[in-house]
Amino acid sequence: MRIAVLMKEVPDLIEELELTPEGRLETDVLSYIPSEWDEQALEEALILKEESGAAVTVVAVDSGQVDDMLYTALAKGADRAVKLAAESEVLTNRARAALMAAYLQQDPYDLVLTGVQAVDDLDGQVAGLLGGQLGWPHASVVREVKAQGEQVQCVQEYAGGWMATLELALPAVLGIQAARRPPRYVSVAKVRQLQKTASLETVEVTPLPAVELPVRRLYRPAAAGHATMWSEDAAEAAAQLVELLQSRKLIRS
Amino acid sequence: MRPILVVTENQGAELSDSSRELLSKALALTEAFGGEVVAVGFGEGAPETLKRSGAHRAVAVGGSAVAQYASLPYERALHQVLERIQPSLVLLPNTTLGMDLGASLAAAKGMAMVAYCCGLHTESGALVATSQVYGGKLLAEVAIPVEEGAPGTVVTVLPGSWAPEALPNREPVLETLLAEEAQGMVVRETIAPESGGDVDITRAEVLVSVGRGIQDPENIPLAEELAQVLGGVVSCSRPVVDAGWLPRSRQVGKSGLTVKPKLYLALGISGAPEHLQGMKDAELIVAVNTDPAAPIFEVAHYGTTADVLDFIPAAVEAIRERGA
Ligand SMILES: Cc1cc2nc3c(=O)[nH]c(=O)nc-3n(C[C@H](O)[C@H](O)[C@H](O)COP(=O)(O)OP(=O)(O)OC[C@H]3O[C@@H](n4cnc5c(N)ncnc54)[C@H](O)[C@@H]3O)c2cc1C
Ligand SMILES: Nc1ncnc2c1ncn2[C@@H]1O[C@H](COP(=O)(O)O)[C@@H](O)[C@H]1O
Repeated sequence: MRIAVLMKEVPDLIEELELTPEGRLETDVLSYIPSEWDEQALEEALILKEESGAAVTVVAVDSGQVDDMLYTALAKGADRAVKLAAESEVLTNRARAALMAAYLQQDPYDLVLTGVQAVDDLDGQVAGLLGGQLGWPHASVVREVKAQGEQVQCVQEYAGGWMATLELALPAVLGIQAARRPPRYVSVAKVRQLQKTASLETVEVTPLPAVELPVRRLYRPAAAGHATMWSEDAAEAAAQLVELLQSRKLIRS
Repeated sequence: MRPILVVTENQGAELSDSSRELLSKALALTEAFGGEVVAVGFGEGAPETLKRSGAHRAVAVGGSAVAQYASLPYERALHQVLERIQPSLVLLPNTTLGMDLGASLAAAKGMAMVAYCCGLHTESGALVATSQVYGGKLLAEVAIPVEEGAPGTVVTVLPGSWAPEALPNREPVLETLLAEEAQGMVVRETIAPESGGDVDITRAEVLVSVGRGIQDPENIPLAEELAQVLGGVVSCSRPVVDAGWLPRSRQVGKSGLTVKPKLYLALGISGAPEHLQGMKDAELIVAVNTDPAAPIFEVAHYGTTADVLDFIPAAVEAIRERGA
């Protein structure tokens, strides 16, 4: 079985997000990390490889900062890493999905795993966009992917803790919510080591047509309310908690 | 304007809350732009719940292929509905259904797509959608084309984005559609939510809820101690469950449980939209998070940027001193 894992790097939300006066994100100050759900998707693919001998390819749209992420994936056990060359640097996610769909048409895989969503655009739409564009069965918000010959089994999650076990015929696209095990760790030293021998492939593709809506502006939510902030000192804040709970009769006074 | 199609979900024998939100918004938009609202529902209960949708027209998709949710047969049936209705706008809840079907319909039908929408309003004759981005730290604004020749737009809306108006007492003109069996996808088994086991977090009055900021499974007993002195129980965010530090029955949020305790203490939880969905209606919310820009502070009533690992022992001590 050939598995493609689509991976993307996203801004680290621990850092402050700065906006330009035009309502664009100030990108120079951002630091990037691999999208956590993509790391879950990669882990699930590597577990499938261990169980059934799949070949795992990690695929990223080349934004200029995906090399570390891809080398790390190779060091963890992926067999190939592919960068999709985009003509323009700023792509909407719809355009990126169209690029990925075009690639998947020319280099066919049995199973494509994406992260369930990514924190930057919070879209969670790539699995569906690819499924729709390629005409493949697809399911998002899934876990526990098992290969069974010409099909895969997985668990899909719904609201309130409901779930279902699904079987999908291959080729299929799955949006991964969580891997069966926490993503494996690989040391920086091992990644550096591998970087000397392994190489990343670059593939040029012409995106399939897609309808795009430009984002007019980004802005901070006007907080409907904001917490009354207590002291940042733990002991003082704890005393303020106790006072509040006493006044609300939530603890005995 | 061409019709607005609302894809509804049922919750027991009723339309789900998010379906009612979408219907009430769609009806308000037809007042601004003209046109009709068409509601589509699936499964045995659909003809009955669609009667109460307030829509102008409704399509009930039935047959064994859609007796339970599966994206493929639902998608095939929606393709037929879209062909027939040619909507200018398709609204879906941003639930698993919306995440499965929203984008695939847009891609297959050459329509535009707005995901994670939390606001839809008119602005001098135009339709503007707002979506949450960057984990809810920013909002993105997009103008949706509604003129005659526009390709149509699919919008998936976060449940709970606005309060639904009462739906009009109008019985829609109902059509039925028999869904075809779809080769390529089978639902083997439906699994009910894990029962609380030892504790039921939906019944607790006090929840001490831990997120990734708790850092290590060895710190969970700290939270348990605080819960104990407060007479409550420990709940958590999703990553804590995925890491195996607490059982799934303790998870609060979109794919976990919805809770409404008297006190919700959020310790090291950022306040992602999927988490807020499960706890924002708690009576009193106190958040402890070192990041002053964490979205949790927007729903919390009180907060501190103290380190949770300092705060928890301090709180246990303070409560023991005064409470004893
Ligand atoms: C379809 C879907 C369904 C989902 N369902 C759920 C769900 O049901 N429930 C849920 O919770 N999530 C759910 N999620 C995941 C959700 O998007 C977030 O990833 C998750 O809620 C983040 O959990 P967190 O706040 O614990 O972690 P993070 O977002 O990593 O936040 C950790 C926070 O801890 C703070 N912190 C770190 N160290 C300290 C310290 N020492 N002291 C104090 N604060 C500290 C940080 O500032 C940060 O804000 C779902 C996602 C998807 C896509
Ligand atoms: N630029 C990209 N390169 C590779 N994969 C991507 C890219 N953008 C999105 N994806 C995949 O699609 C998933 C969902 O992303 P999104 O729909 O943008 O939230 C991600 O978790 C990735 O698996």
